[in-house]
Amino acid sequence: MSFIGYLMEKPWTHQGEVDDRHGAIALPTVTLGLRMFLAVVTVLFSLLIVSYSDRMKFADWHQLPTPSLLWLNTALLVLSSVGLHWAQVNVRRGQMDGVQAGLLAGGVFAFAFLIGQVLASRQLTALGYFAAANPAIAFFYLLTAVHGLHLLGGLVAWGRTSAKVWRGYAAVDVRLSVELCAVYWHFLLVVWLVLFGLLLFT
Amino acid sequence: MANVTSARVGYVPPAEVAEVDLYHPKSWVTKYVFCQDAKVIAIQYAFTAIAIGLVALVLSWMMRLQLGFPDTISFIEPGTYLQFITMHGMIMVVYLLTALFLGGFGNYLIPLMVGARDMVFPYVNMVSYWVYLLAVLVLVASFFVPGGPTGAGWTLYPPQAILSGTPGADGGIILMAISLILFIAGFTMGGLNYVVTVLQGRTRGMTMMRMPLTVWGIFVATILALLAFPALFVGSVMLALDRVLGTSFFMPIIVEMGQQLKYDGGSPILFQHLFWFFGHPEVYIVAVPAFGIVSDLIAVHARRNIFGYRMMVWAIVAIGGLSFVVWAHHMYVSGMNPWFGYFFATTTLIIAVPTALKVYNWTLTLWKGNIRLTLPMLFAIGFIVTFVNGGITGLFLGNVVVDVPLSDTMFVVAHFHMVMGVAPILVIFGAIYHWYPLMTGRMLNTAMGHFHFWVTFVGAYTIFLPIHYLGFLGVPRRYFALGETSFIPESAHTLSAFITVVVLIVGVAQLVFFFNLVWSAYKGKAAGRNPWGATTLEWQTPEIPPGHGNFGPTLPLVYRWAYDYSVPGQAQDFVPQNQPPATAAAGGETPGTRGAAT
Repeated sequence: MSFIGYLMEKPWTHQGEVDDRHGAIALPTVTLGLRMFLAVVTVLFSLLIVSYSDRMKFADWHQLPTPSLLWLNTALLVLSSVGLHWAQVNVRRGQMDGVQAGLLAGGVFAFAFLIGQVLASRQLTALGYFAAANPAIAFFYLLTAVHGLHLLGGLVAWGRTSAKVWRGYAAVDVRLSVELCAVYWHFLLVVWLVLFGLLLFT
Repeated sequence: MANVTSARVGYVPPAEVAEVDLYHPKSWVTKYVFCQDAKVIAIQYAFTAIAIGLVALVLSWMMRLQLGFPDTISFIEPGTYLQFITMHGMIMVVYLLTALFLGGFGNYLIPLMVGARDMVFPYVNMVSYWVYLLAVLVLVASFFVPGGPTGAGWTLYPPQAILSGTPGADGGIILMAISLILFIAGFTMGGLNYVVTVLQGRTRGMTMMRMPLTVWGIFVATILALLAFPALFVGSVMLALDRVLGTSFFMPIIVEMGQQLKYDGGSPILFQHLFWFFGHPEVYIVAVPAFGIVSDLIAVHARRNIFGYRMMVWAIVAIGGLSFVVWAHHMYVSGMNPWFGYFFATTTLIIAVPTALKVYNWTLTLWKGNIRLTLPMLFAIGFIVTFVNGGITGLFLGNVVVDVPLSDTMFVVAHFHMVMGVAPILVIFGAIYHWYPLMTGRMLNTAMGHFHFWVTFVGAYTIFLPIHYLGFLGVPRRYFALGETSFIPESAHTLSAFITVVVLIVGVAQLVFFFNLVWSAYKGKAAGRNPWGATTLEWQTPEIPPGHGNFGPTLPLVYRWAYDYSVPGQAQDFVPQNQPPATAAAGGETPGTRGAAT
């Protein structure tokens, strides 16, 4: 039943009926929890992007000299997301070797991405651009830091899931965790692509 | 009268969503300190929120002493006065009201009212409280850093929030930003719990439209908070970076004491938009749970089904949605485009429609009800009257042409104190008088309660009605001293002194309430089960106070909505939600819980 459908019910007219009516939201609780969290994170990044757009209108805005390293970092995050997707595909097939390979690749590329982001920031600093130099640089530091912190949080979940996989848990016991990690990774990839586009073209 | 059907009485389908894995504490520490039980977390939230709220109460006395009896207390200086204003406002709005309604009542009531054993993510729920406590401690720490807490006003507007002329510009503003960031992180953890528990933790038969309005209020307010707090998060982070790293997100080119500062081209208005994109929904984050709770208090204590239940739910949802498109009515004097102002004035007036609808429905619920003037009912009626008062002055201020001259006067202070200070706090008191027997098994003392109600209610009006008048006279807000101001008559100063005396009396009267809380826990009359004759599930638990896991070995099944009061042909004037129709028709006893037949 849709949300509107719920709201149209007349609860005083039918008594005695004991049904669940969870309908479309009869998901595992962690899945629904993650979706809610992603909604909150979407609002967070949307507000940052709105602030970025608003701040661009002012005279002191100078376009960011985008470090070429960011292209490599983007490729690393894509590979990380592919790794998690590979793990997801394999966990559904019950092939734990593939799950291990996918998780390992996903984690290693994610760490490499984070290191790359730090190096890109250091490159900008070495070029004489620190956060206070101009607002575009300040936003670069802010957006990459917020995105990186979310990825770091994801790596905690990735670590817990990987630990279970390496301890020999069955596919059915880790399937949900692996799937949720993959969803989170894809989400952060999309967020990064939007942020990167913003940094690149404005 | 609508036809009431009782179809499929015997059929109970299997649960679509699995029960929560209940955490069983193994030691005293995990049972009472690092506890994952939502009821204990609720009490932890409530104690912390009330403790920090008392600090804010004392700060308000300090402000009033200065306003009523200028320069009589030596340590209240212009700078400290601004710090008192700032901390009073921020603590009351965020650290007391938000935390108490959502962290306190939300944690205690959601699982019990929807028929769940606990929140769906108990560990995250526990962490939420400890992060909140850390946020409070960081806030308190700002009182002790050099320069003291920030005195920028609770809105923390840059540039003045971080300029050296503002009290607390050294460490205070940084700690405030850190504290808010922590609060929001902690709240997000709790908030996800409340929403997912409402959506998925409901027991069988508890459809969304069978939920009590208390749960609807907390549920919608939590969604508002989850979507609005990120704006304050972004604002706080960027403000802290402007202060610490010298970025210019919000800081414009500015000259201070003859010297141009390092800032360049930032937008203070951007901060205002971010702040109020959070700030206005925040009003409803506080008000909507109060709406829900007061609906239930009125229904229970007037022995009537709530009038227009569906409309009440729709109104809560509509108010929640509309609260995101009215924020700039707080910024009419910011120099924004007048057309922009007209848009926000229109949305502001539109939001009065669902709000008024709720007031009508409360009144119609009371109409010809079997009204019992219990303490919760007194506070509920007090809320309705106060909310209408505060709401009507809100209609004044929602109009641009009226707001502009009144914006910086005491009229605004009176308005928002009535609508989101006094009104929700009356609901909090009413809710405590209502649910205290559930939490402790004992009733609060009625004589002390009546004293508390009348002094608080009459006192609040004695304080805030004259403040409206002072606002009309043009007495400015935020001023430490009025000085030689020709348009303010001497009588206004006398009135201000009178207000201060009443503030102190009302403040001290709260001690009676706190004494009552402690005294009644030991000496209060035993409440027994369900002393108010309520239909909702929290009163149908096998133990009072509810034990670990809330509902004994099996979860209750819900057969009806939460408002079957004074149903014709029934043996008693209420039918609990978990009472099957056959038993109800026979006027039999309440089964409490039933086995999970499939």
